[in-house]
Amino acid sequence: MDNVIEVRDITKVYTMGEVEVHALRGVSFNIERGEVVSIMGPSGSGKSTLMNMLGALDRPTAGEYYLDGELVSSLTDDQLARIRNKKVGFVFQSFNLLSRVSSLVNVALPLRYAGITSGRRDLAREALEAVGLGDRVTHKPYELSGGQQQRVAVARAIINDPSIIMADEPTGNLDSKVGQEIMDLLLLLNKERGTTLIIVTHDPNIAAQTGRVIRLLDGSLDLSDNGNKSNAKKNINAKKQTTAKIDAKKTKKGGEK
Amino acid sequence: MNLAQTFLEALESLNGNKLRSGLTVLGIVIGVAAVIAMLSVGRGAEESITGSISGIGTNLLFVFRGDFSETIRNPKPLTLGDAQAIGDPFQAPSVAAVAPALQGNAEVAFGGERTTTQIIGATPEYFSVRNYLVAEGDYITEEHILGRASVVVLGPDVADKLFDRRNGITGETVRIEGQPFRVLGVLESKGGGSFGSQDDLIIVPFSTAQARLIRRSSNDRVDIILVQTVDAESVDLAVEEISQILRTRHRTPIGADDFTVFSQRDLLTTFESITGILTIFLGGIAAISLLVGGIGIMNIMLVSVTERTREIGLRKALGARKRDILIQFLTESSLLSLIGGIIGIAFGWFIAYVVGQIAAATNTDFTPVVGTDAILLATLFSAAVGLFFGIYPASRAANLEPVEALRYE
Repeated sequence: MDNVIEVRDITKVYTMGEVEVHALRGVSFNIERGEVVSIMGPSGSGKSTLMNMLGALDRPTAGEYYLDGELVSSLTDDQLARIRNKKVGFVFQSFNLLSRVSSLVNVALPLRYAGITSGRRDLAREALEAVGLGDRVTHKPYELSGGQQQRVAVARAIINDPSIIMADEPTGNLDSKVGQEIMDLLLLLNKERGTTLIIVTHDPNIAAQTGRVIRLLDGSLDLSDNGNKSNAKKNINAKKQTTAKIDAKKTKKGGEK
Repeated sequence: MNLAQTFLEALESLNGNKLRSGLTVLGIVIGVAAVIAMLSVGRGAEESITGSISGIGTNLLFVFRGDFSETIRNPKPLTLGDAQAIGDPFQAPSVAAVAPALQGNAEVAFGGERTTTQIIGATPEYFSVRNYLVAEGDYITEEHILGRASVVVLGPDVADKLFDRRNGITGETVRIEGQPFRVLGVLESKGGGSFGSQDDLIIVPFSTAQARLIRRSSNDRVDIILVQTVDAESVDLAVEEISQILRTRHRTPIGADDFTVFSQRDLLTTFESITGILTIFLGGIAAISLLVGGIGIMNIMLVSVTERTREIGLRKALGARKRDILIQFLTESSLLSLIGGIIGIAFGWFIAYVVGQIAAATNTDFTPVVGTDAILLATLFSAAVGLFFGIYPASRAANLEPVEALRYE
């Protein structure tokens, strides 16, 4: 079994003054390459903490986390930065684009930190075309709609061809129609590229579209509802079958209207 | 990550908040401009003083009676005999010309105008030794000395005061201490020196002064002996030769000399050290304002770091290492101070120019000089200020935890 993510008994303890807060209490699970997984749970369940761990933004207090076979939990800050750069693509709820610069420069930003000096513009343009924004290359974020901004963010997430895409409430700031379009885009990219997709969400409609739901409750896995295994398999099969390119224009059109 | 990209990005980010960047730059502009202006004014003062000292005459030595530093009991006065001995080419081969002189103050009058000025009883050599040239008329000659002639050469300032002009005065009769003297000539102006005008004097024949104007206890006494050496290199040698001659003649072979040989170089050294201190002092004050400008940069960069916490978090999430963030913010702060430095240099130059114009308008012989060293110093210093005061904010940015930074509102 090809696991892109292996989490072994991860705990995370924050010390706030005198009080110790146990955000994660020994969580273990695997995510297969190409899987679409959502992480759900009420506020304070450790959902964000888990996402930070998986995205290599933070280190667990104890436990082991393998991303792409690499033991991330014991890396230095700079090594973590490299992991985030090469292996993780982030999509945030609030888009997090640099407002001063064009979509192209925004999308090309991870390339800069990857040390790629030539051909950045071409790569960025390709990524923008892949999310259906080939004609919004020179626009700045404030000249784009929310859905378009999130597409730019998605293009930025995929530009370094990461192993996983971490989407933190990717539709949270969008209305349901545009949100669904972003969701479709993410799923399409997953199918086309085989990039593992991890979505943190509150929205059951979003979670329902993922192959598997990891539920958290009070820092532990909530195993009461775990019946989506077959769904996940189906998703992987779908990925294997499809070789079609994205119909970028169609997706874009959907995003506009 | 290449340099040009970093540079452009920093420029873009500074451009994003023009007013704030502009105000920050202003602090550095003022600092650098002050440094440039102060240094150039200091340098100008130095050159003006050096120039006026050089104007006294090249290779010039002054021999006085007595000693500046030690109290000598009964110093022997200098005499014409001393002057002749110094002028002896066998005893003092480094000496080219000797000009003994009497000095005093006298009242000069013409018509209703009168002025008190320095009077010098001089031999013909005096003019060449001191680099005095006549603008009109003649120099004092041997005949005037022998005949104790009642002739006078006027300095241009005296001519201005008495006649309101500098031409057509030759042949007029002025009264010195009530005695009539024919004007033999008028000197060319040497310009106002920074330590007293060299134009405010009158020169009469040595023998005339001795007999009628500047009376001394003994007949062959002189107040000062001016010595011109054969060239600038032989000044030290000449000082040694003169000292030897005078020690023998005054019978003071051991112990303190009862005379002083003062070279123009001593004068220059003294004034250069004074102006040097002045320049350092002015530059120091200016440097403080540059420092304040630097603190301004730190302030703004700290605000900028706080304001862009989310951006820093995002960059870190996208794979920026500490180093990348550090370089980004350091580039911004250095760029601020560099831009400020460049504008400051131009501005300081302008101030120096204005000061020069004011000096010219008020007939002061003073030109501020903007030296390359001042420019280099200001540039380096401002860049260093930007770097130094950028380090703290930049390291704060670089050490932000990505998780915290991303959550920051």
